[in-house]
Amino acid sequence: MSLNKTLVDMNYLLKEAPREQHFITGAQAMAEAVKRASCDMAIAYPITPQSEVMHLVGDIYAQGHIKEYYRAEEELGTMSAIAGAARGGVRMFTATSGPGLLRGLEAIVSWPGHRIPCVLGVLTRVVNAPLSIQPDNIEMAYLMHSGIVMLHAENQQDTFDMTLAAFAITEKVDVYIPVSVSTEGFFVTHAKGYVDMMSDELAFTECDPYKAPVPAMDNEVPPARIQRDAPVQKSNFMSYLIHSVWQQEIWDCNKRAMKYIYEYLDGPIEVTNPNAKVMLVASGCAAAQAREANRYAEEEGLDVGFVKVRAIRPFPTDELNAALAGAECVIVPEHNIIGWLSKEVKAAIPNGGIVVEGPRVYGGMTLPVELIMTEIYDALGMDSLVLQA
Amino acid sequence: MAIDKKRYNMRISGLGGQGVVTSAHILGTAMDNAGKFASLVPFFGSEKRMAPVEAYVRASSEPIYEVGEVVYPDIIMIYHSQVVTHGKSYTMPFYTGLKKNALIIINSDVDVLEEEDKEVLRNLNAKVVMFEATELALKIAGTELATNMAMMGMVLGLTKLVNEENIEAAVRERFLGNSFVASGGTASLDSAIEKKFKKKEELLAKNMEVINKTFEMAASIDLANADLITKIDI
Repeated sequence: MSLNKTLVDMNYLLKEAPREQHFITGAQAMAEAVKRASCDMAIAYPITPQSEVMHLVGDIYAQGHIKEYYRAEEELGTMSAIAGAARGGVRMFTATSGPGLLRGLEAIVSWPGHRIPCVLGVLTRVVNAPLSIQPDNIEMAYLMHSGIVMLHAENQQDTFDMTLAAFAITEKVDVYIPVSVSTEGFFVTHAKGYVDMMSDELAFTECDPYKAPVPAMDNEVPPARIQRDAPVQKSNFMSYLIHSVWQQEIWDCNKRAMKYIYEYLDGPIEVTNPNAKVMLVASGCAAAQAREANRYAEEEGLDVGFVKVRAIRPFPTDELNAALAGAECVIVPEHNIIGWLSKEVKAAIPNGGIVVEGPRVYGGMTLPVELIMTEIYDALGMDSLVLQA
Repeated sequence: MAIDKKRYNMRISGLGGQGVVTSAHILGTAMDNAGKFASLVPFFGSEKRMAPVEAYVRASSEPIYEVGEVVYPDIIMIYHSQVVTHGKSYTMPFYTGLKKNALIIINSDVDVLEEEDKEVLRNLNAKVVMFEATELALKIAGTELATNMAMMGMVLGLTKLVNEENIEAAVRERFLGNSFVASGGTASLDSAIEKKFKKKEELLAKNMEVINKTFEMAASIDLANADLITKIDI
């Protein structure tokens, strides 16, 4: 790094380095994390809707925190170039939103198979017509089956910590697949919150491209390495086998990321009052609303607990089973119409019938805490007196 | 009555140009000055003079996790009677989502509420405080631009969320900023800055006079034992 930073390992950076409180937006928090990540290169296509993240990353490139940055021709180009550069052995970052993510999706879903270590910021926005630029996290559903490791940030602080941790997790030799950090557009990206940050004179140890399960491309290792074994070139049992083994390996990589989620982020879930009769399970911005509902319930003396889900992939099946073992009702508030989290929770526990599918808001609407409270009152057989008829 | 609560969710409805968003910012800063917590959300839209504008403030003595617009308020502030009479709000009627035992402050002493509205508000055990905030602003500060100060003073006077010093510091920060430097390079620059500063100091003093008056007015009423509507003469 040209800025003469002190390079430290991720454990020191996240857990030991002294921090100071700042009042910044979620977009700023993500860019501040990139600033401390010894990121080599960023590529982006700033479509609308976006967030300020890639603009701010452009600023830190200008300040010398990143070695290279360019604006690609469009998202498929961005995501393809990310793959190329990462295979070349450099640490990569990009961020996108809603329609931009879907446009780049063909390249993104090939990242895990190509063993691309990189960090992808997903600042969620509506993807359906009619055209809108509002927050809605339905696009995360499209990423859930791609093999990528997926973290979901509740607030500005999470956005900062998870983005930093993602740079370490993605380059672990037994993981070496992309890590995405999602958070809600507008509610987190455009809003200010308190973020404790370490000095920007500290940065994560630089990328070592030779510490990798698949060697980086250089003069000795031509880019044909993956193509030489490509199943597409043959049509026989061996080609099917190669592909199936490779897919198994990718999903195993995904599972192996879990131990690093424990190491850097205190695990894939956070549990408050685990033995309660009614449990709230939420991720991202909905977790902030559920946390508030949990506090309201506590003040009213109700038997309610709260689970925040930090990792969507790998999905914390065992952890959720333990946390929800005593629950008689599980409420899953979400910022999308299909309820991808409630479906996951339902499938993860043996008694999925106790999962209440909702409340859900979509199209950019606010998720009022009162909607969650109504579900809590219903679950406890109480009259909902809070809301006006 | 909604006073002495741990947490207030406020919806401020007014018209473009009345300082709705400005007063939401000042409310938030005043809470911060008092060592408490606040979050605020202005409504995004193509606001213009006389068009509906809304801002939302959450104020609490504890950290606030919740984000987004306030859909179920326990305090509603109406900066202009047209919000009620012309439906110039983002929700119709203006009290949609109002919680029980809530507080409504309206800038008018004219009976703008229909009988059916009163019926709903009575059932919710709401208290409505009505006073001519714009008249008060004109009378004391000589400008209707201080309407928002009168409204803000009234809500803070009634809820006792912060004291006058917290508000003064917040208003000062809004109008004078943190970047003001008292010494310039040349004598003429000094004088220009001084002139500008003097004008702003006067503005600040006038605004504080309005706020202090509304604090007095708020102290003079007993909402706990009041009927649905309490009108205060200015």
